[in-house]
Amino acid sequence: MIALKDLTVGYHGEALLSQVNLEFPQGQVTVLLGPNGCGKSTLLKTVLGLLPPLGGEIFYDGEPISSLSGGAVARKAAYMAQNHTVPSIVAQRMVLHGRFPYLSFPRKYRKEDHEAVRRALETAGGLDLSNRPMQELSGGQRQKVYLAMALAQETGTILMDEPTTWLDIRHQLEVMATARALAESGRAVGLVSHDLCLALRTADRVAVLAQGALQLAAPPEEAFASGVLDLAFGVRVRRVETPTGWQYYCE
Amino acid sequence: MGRNRTRSVPLRLLAAVGLALLAAAASLCLGAVSVSPGELLEVLLGNGGGTARSILLLVRAPRTLGCLLAGAALAASGAIIQTVMSNPLAAPNIIGVNSGAGFFVAACSALLPAGLAVKLSPLAAFLGAFSCVMLVLLIAEKAGSSRIVLVLAGVAISGMFGAGTDTVVTLVPDALTGYSDFRIGGLANVTMEQVAPAMWVILLCLAGMLLLSNELDVLTLGSDTAQSLGLPVKRIRILALAAAAALAGAAVSFSGLLGFVGLIVPHMVRRLIGSEARNLLLGCALGGAALLTLCDIAARLLFAPYELPVGIVLSFAGGPFFLWLLIRKRGHQM
Repeated sequence: MIALKDLTVGYHGEALLSQVNLEFPQGQVTVLLGPNGCGKSTLLKTVLGLLPPLGGEIFYDGEPISSLSGGAVARKAAYMAQNHTVPSIVAQRMVLHGRFPYLSFPRKYRKEDHEAVRRALETAGGLDLSNRPMQELSGGQRQKVYLAMALAQETGTILMDEPTTWLDIRHQLEVMATARALAESGRAVGLVSHDLCLALRTADRVAVLAQGALQLAAPPEEAFASGVLDLAFGVRVRRVETPTGWQYYCE
Repeated sequence: MGRNRTRSVPLRLLAAVGLALLAAAASLCLGAVSVSPGELLEVLLGNGGGTARSILLLVRAPRTLGCLLAGAALAASGAIIQTVMSNPLAAPNIIGVNSGAGFFVAACSALLPAGLAVKLSPLAAFLGAFSCVMLVLLIAEKAGSSRIVLVLAGVAISGMFGAGTDTVVTLVPDALTGYSDFRIGGLANVTMEQVAPAMWVILLCLAGMLLLSNELDVLTLGSDTAQSLGLPVKRIRILALAAAAALAGAAVSFSGLLGFVGLIVPHMVRRLIGSEARNLLLGCALGGAALLTLCDIAARLLFAPYELPVGIVLSFAGGPFFLWLLIRKRGHQM
């Protein structure tokens, strides 16, 4: 499990978020919510060791991240970036890159790596895309391949940065359903979103980031009741009960 | 790259080997005095003698080997720089690597006694190329590595190093009697003594980069994703660019400032073989070797008995190609 203790993140010594205490528990979807520019993505990158923290500590299964190598972090947490460059390779080759943290020099892929790739593509629903060139895939199909690449890392935690951006509504729901399925299989799932309603419907816990601090980390209903969301986003969040649970909307 | 093309990659690489060998054989045979394939075979088998043997061993062999090595090195260097900077316009001569190497060689010749200068010029070429690549990387990190920023930075850097070289030549005119040959680039008077040390550098760097091809592939996913997969991004970038600079520097040290090989070849190879680093590097090395050798043959034969420096042929072919690239994609998605 990843735990943040008094973590301060930002760029060039200027803090965007200060003193964040948060955990990404196994078996749960934790959604980082907040308005544009509040530091959600920066927080995620810092948690993964892609940016240096300005203060505080990040623990991976109790060990501080500073004591872990890049490879060791990559075997514990996978990252789905918001923006990807799309190389001209086939999907299967792309997913194979997810096995990179397990290879020792000179990086020969083994049978078990190819098996892990197959499993990952299957879980992500992209097995039929295996031999398709990345550049010919649609946005939704590419997202499946990126997800498969993260799954091929076989980590306990998966962190996704705005995985639903640029996707149509059907693919957005698919991504969220996959996030839920991953959590139910015992993984810790953390994702950044600014889609308030989709997040509240999917998350086990939402972490509301605004005004330079973590305002609240709580189950969606509690976050809704607290009124913190209204303040953070400057809107009024409402909900109606439906046969499938609460549906949230904004005014 | 489609499934069919993935399957035919080994065949295409084999075809590139064939083309490079054919170009080498033609380069050995053709010129002011032609050597027949039969005579070539005899000399290769150790039986030939007389004029043909002297021409082949003293003139054609170093020149052909030089063409093959410089072509392979410049093309591979271009492919590496383009991959690391994720910028398809970033070839060695475009971002100013050649002029950096040129300036250091000029300064080396001006400051050191002649004998020592000749020995140290490959090192000077490498240092010039390397400092230039690092300068461009620094600019890319500060100002963003968009295509146009890098190209403009290259213009500025080429201008500065070019001015530096001109200053050296003006102040110490004797330092570079052969400077204009060096600037245009050509392989007419290359000797084995010049090619041999560069050959080891080139072969070593190519082998090293082939071993790191998986790292290069991961790097193309973008620096955040690459780092999240456990790749030490900064270290690999600098290592790859140092290898690219060594390749370009080694080639420039005996061939002079040849432009455009590092730009044209990676583009053609990417279209034919795809962008996986191992295939791309092999394809570029073979394609670059073949292209430069063929251009050198053209330079010898076009206006025979007069010879053009091959750098001129390359610039006539490469300039329009670069413009075509700019126009075709309008500077966006390349």
